[in-house]
This record gives sequence, C-alpha cells and structure tokens, in this order.
Amino acid sequence: MEVSAEAKRIMVVALGKLYSSRTQRGGLRLHRSLLLTLVMKSARDIYHAAQTTPAEGMEEDQQPSEVEMTTETSDTPELQGPASLPLMAADADVQGRTQNQENTCLSGPPHHTRKRRGKATAEPDFLPCKKAKLEYGTAQQLIVTSVLVDYANCSSELGPSPSPIPLQTVIAAC
Amino acid sequence: MGEDAESPKINHTFLRDYVTEADVISTVEFNQTGDLLATGDKGGRVVIFQRETELKGESEEACEVGDSGEYNVYSTFQSHEPDFDYLKSLEIEEKINKIRWLPQQNAAHFLLSTNDKTVKLWKVSERDKRPEGYNLKDEEGRIKDVSTITSLRVPVLKPTDLMVEVRPRRVFANGHTYHINSISVNSDGETYLSADDLRINMWHLDITDRSFNIVDIKPANMEDLTEVITAAEFHPHHCHLFVYSSSKGTLRLCDMRASALCDKHTKLFEEPEDPGSRSFFSEIISSVSDVKFSHSGRYLLTRDYLTAKVWDLNMDKGPVETYQVHEYLRSKLCSLYENDCIFDKFECVWNSSDSVIMTGAYNSFFRMFDRETGRGVTLEAWRENSKPRAVLRTRRVYTGGKRRRGDVGVDSLDFTKKILHMAWHPAENIIAIAATNNLYIFQDRVNPDAQTQ
Repeated sequence: MEVSAEAKRIMVVALGKLYSSRTQRGGLRLHRSLLLTLVMKSARDIYHAAQTTPAEGMEEDQQPSEVEMTTETSDTPELQGPASLPLMAADADVQGRTQNQENTCLSGPPHHTRKRRGKATAEPDFLPCKKAKLEYGTAQQLIVTSVLVDYANCSSELGPSPSPIPLQTVIAAC
Repeated sequence: MGEDAESPKINHTFLRDYVTEADVISTVEFNQTGDLLATGDKGGRVVIFQRETELKGESEEACEVGDSGEYNVYSTFQSHEPDFDYLKSLEIEEKINKIRWLPQQNAAHFLLSTNDKTVKLWKVSERDKRPEGYNLKDEEGRIKDVSTITSLRVPVLKPTDLMVEVRPRRVFANGHTYHINSISVNSDGETYLSADDLRINMWHLDITDRSFNIVDIKPANMEDLTEVITAAEFHPHHCHLFVYSSSKGTLRLCDMRASALCDKHTKLFEEPEDPGSRSFFSEIISSVSDVKFSHSGRYLLTRDYLTAKVWDLNMDKGPVETYQVHEYLRSKLCSLYENDCIFDKFECVWNSSDSVIMTGAYNSFFRMFDRETGRGVTLEAWRENSKPRAVLRTRRVYTGGKRRRGDVGVDSLDFTKKILHMAWHPAENIIAIAATNNLYIFQDRVNPDAQTQ
C-alpha cells in the first residue's frame, strides 16, 4: 500500500514538474521531460502492480483493473512512447472512481481542453482525468493527452486541437 | 515567476538571486598548454584567466603574490546574448554550455563557445605595440594639413600597455533544433562536432552555413522516443572516431569511415542492469551526464548520478572500473527527485596521466579516485574553510561506523552547493573547480607534475 502511495506521489510530482517546465526560460528541456515521463511510467507500472495484487481485494476495482491489465499487456510489448503515459496515469485515477465515469472517459470523443489544467484545478486527490479515446489492442493509437497537447499549445493558444497532434509537432513546437 | 511584491523583503531576495544567477559558472576549460583557463557563465559571459609565468628556480621558496604561476584575469567578454525564437515563441538562454579551445597555431588563441542553439568561434589576440609617426595623421589621429608636411618618415612600432582583443570570427547558427549539450574539436584541427538531444552535427571551422549531420536518433514518431544524446566527444587521436552517451546509460562509439550517417554504432558500451537495485528512479540515475576520453585514447570516463565509470574501448560488456561517488544518496533519491537535484549533470575529468579521475558532488565536495589503488578522497571547495595557500583537508561524509571529528552527516549536506563543472590542467596537477559563482584553483605543490606520481 505504501508502495502504491509512493508511486502515486511520484506521478503527481512528475506531472507538476512537467507543467512547470513550460514556463522555464529556454523552452522545453527534452531530456528532462523524457526522464520525468519515464519515472511516471515506472511509478505507473509499480502502482498497477501494487493495485492488482490479490491482497488488495477491492471488489469495485476488479473490473477496471482488468481493463487496465488488458490495456497494459497489450501496450507494454510495444514500446509505448511518453505520449501514452499520462493517459495511463489518468486511467489509474479512474480506477479509484466509479465505472460509469470510466466509461464516459472511454466512450467520449477525444477531447482536449484548450484551457491548461493547473494543479489548483486538478482533481483534488490525484491526477486530472482527461477524456481520451482508449482502444484495446490498438494501443499505439493512444492520442497525445493533455500534458503533451499543452506543450503544443504552450507557445500559442491558437485554436482548439481536437485531432491528435503528432508528437513531432509538439516537440518541435517547444 | 517570483514577482510577488507582497513585501520589500521578498523583492530584495528576488533581485539578489537574479543577479547571482547570471554569475553562476556553467563551464570551465583549460587550453592545450594549460596557460589559459576559460570559464563561461549563465549570463553568457566568458572570462579567460592566464597563468602568470613562474620565476625560475623557486619551486620550494615562498613566492610573492603573482609570481607563483597563479591565474589572473586575462580577458572578459560577452559571448552570447539572450535570444528569442519568434517561430516557436521561445526564449533562448544565453548560458554558456561548453567552451572548447582550439589547438594553437599562431600567436592568437581561438576558442569555441556555445549556448543552447549557437556555436561561436572567438579569436583572442594580444596587442602590445602600436604604430607611431604617421605622415598624414597627427598624434591624436586628426588628418594633417597636407601643406604642413615637409618630409616623409616611416612609422615605428612602439610598445604600449598590453591589450587583449577578443573578436567573434565565426557564428555557427541554425544547426540545431534541440538544445546543444556538447562540442568537441577534432584532432584534425579543421572540424568539430556539436551535439544536441537528438542529433550530432559536424562542422568545418571555416564554414558556417553548412554542417553535416552524422548522428540522428530522432524517431519517426516522437511518441516512440526513449532516449536522448547527453554528451559527445571526438577521440583525441583518431579523427574518424567519436563517442556519444545516452540517457539510458549507454555509450556508442562511431566510426565516420563506416558511413556518412553514423546512426549504426561501431561499438555499443552497455552495462547490464542489476535487477536487484531497480527503483522508481533507475532510469534517471543511469543517465550519463558526461563522457570523456582518456588522454591516451584507450579509456572512456562516464558519470551518472551516483557513480563514475571507466570503460576500456576494447571491452563493451561493461565498465572496467566503477567508483561510487556518493552512494549514501541512493536511499534519498525520492527527496532528491522532489527538489530536482536528481537531474543535476555532473562532469568528470581525467588527470594528465590518466591515473586519477575527478568528479563533483554536493556540499561543495568533489571527489578524486586513484585508479591504481581504487581509493577515493573527498575534498571541499569552500572559501570559509580554506585560505589561499592552505592545504586542502580531506573530508568525509558520515555513513555509519565510527564518527570522526569533521565528518558531515548525510542530512546536513547542502544540496544547493553543487560542484558540476571542473577542469584538470593538461600537464600538471592543477585543477579548476566551479562552485556556483566562484572559481577555485588548486595546485599540487608536492607533486606538481603528474609524471612524478
């Protein structure tokens, strides 16, 4: 339990750092952002592993956790890039909530808010829940989530970006 | 960003920190003879120190200030200015990331300095004579009335006060999309490489509008990005070989004779991960922050967050030597992650005979390891604890066992005092240590020449 709490904390801190790095002088530091995303991935993996042990025994989490497991096993063989990681972290948040909300997240169209979600407006307990399209078995098509979409928007708040932004553009924009 | 004007006190702190921030030294480099030492800072300035010539036959005698081979300021200039990328709406920092000297070919000295985006070649020359006795101009430079000139004379060169002139000779711009982390001058004396997070370019020193891309690890889909380039260096003798390190802790040796684009490495140096020591932060602490060839060209020295490793170019299975720099921090990784210290990039250096390696740590400590004995020593670069010409005491971080006087506890370490940048004289036992905005130069009086060790 402590491990999962620590994993959660690490993910939150990583997101905070990723957000604040946008306002840093000199622009986005690719190396640092990559390391933060990798830490989030580690923390996410460990968090999921801790959550799915039988000793946890939380019934309500059974089904969502199965969902998570399916997604996870399908995407871990392929080298999931940093883009999908905040999404998975967001899914971990969903786990703690009702299934209904998760379904809303899953079934809604990819919707990326233009407005940046700072820490203050984030979900109080955990990570911001972003609606994102999740397709089982074709995990590669996970769309760039709010964190990295915000990278694209960080330089100019021109127009909504409902369609997935290729990360190339995102990184190049920084 | 720090503009809280609630009380005057906060404003003052902000200003003081702001002023000091620009003075933070970000790179240190000796030239090939060791007579010149250049430092670059976050404000984009370069300060060059010159060693005062020693008087002959006074190795053990007490020396007067300035006569003992000390380094004094030779020249200061603004290398880079803050810039702005209008297309991406991004500020480009003026911080000098690296300085590299060119081998000297004539009376002038040349150095390359780089910030995140632009490399510049500077010419440092002395002028200690000026012509006097012009025919058409008078002493103040005013044009003379031609009718007053009755005879011709040849202008003579008269000595004047020494003037050091620094002029930009080349500007190598627009070569990099990402942030430049390394530059390295080739042994051929004509080319150099510059490396950013994803690409390495090779330039000719005389050509600024073109560069060759020799390494490109940018994936077709940026979502697949898993590693970045962290440092790169040319081999000291073989002009076709260079090495680059990655954030995954691997080293790649590339041979430019193999192909134009060296994406396929000639040799991959990688140490298998110890599964027992896996933690949340394994990836971060395995990222190599610096790589240096030994002077012999046979070995590589790398630094990651907790260790310094020596690799033999002939063996790619793993390092031949591993030195624990501050293993006591392994249990503190979580707090170091929260205060950002885990992202600090420490440099590492060889001594001139490749028998000792040195790297920095926290609390103004830096460490030296003797490769023959494997033993390490901790030293401190802190003004209050050392007067000029005082002997450096060795320090110790208390990690258990018998506590000695002067030991510092792990929790009392000051993580804001970090020694990231340093340089070792190419021939003698003189080291330059950058501690935030101070530069310390230590000389070994007992064994001034590396060969006697």
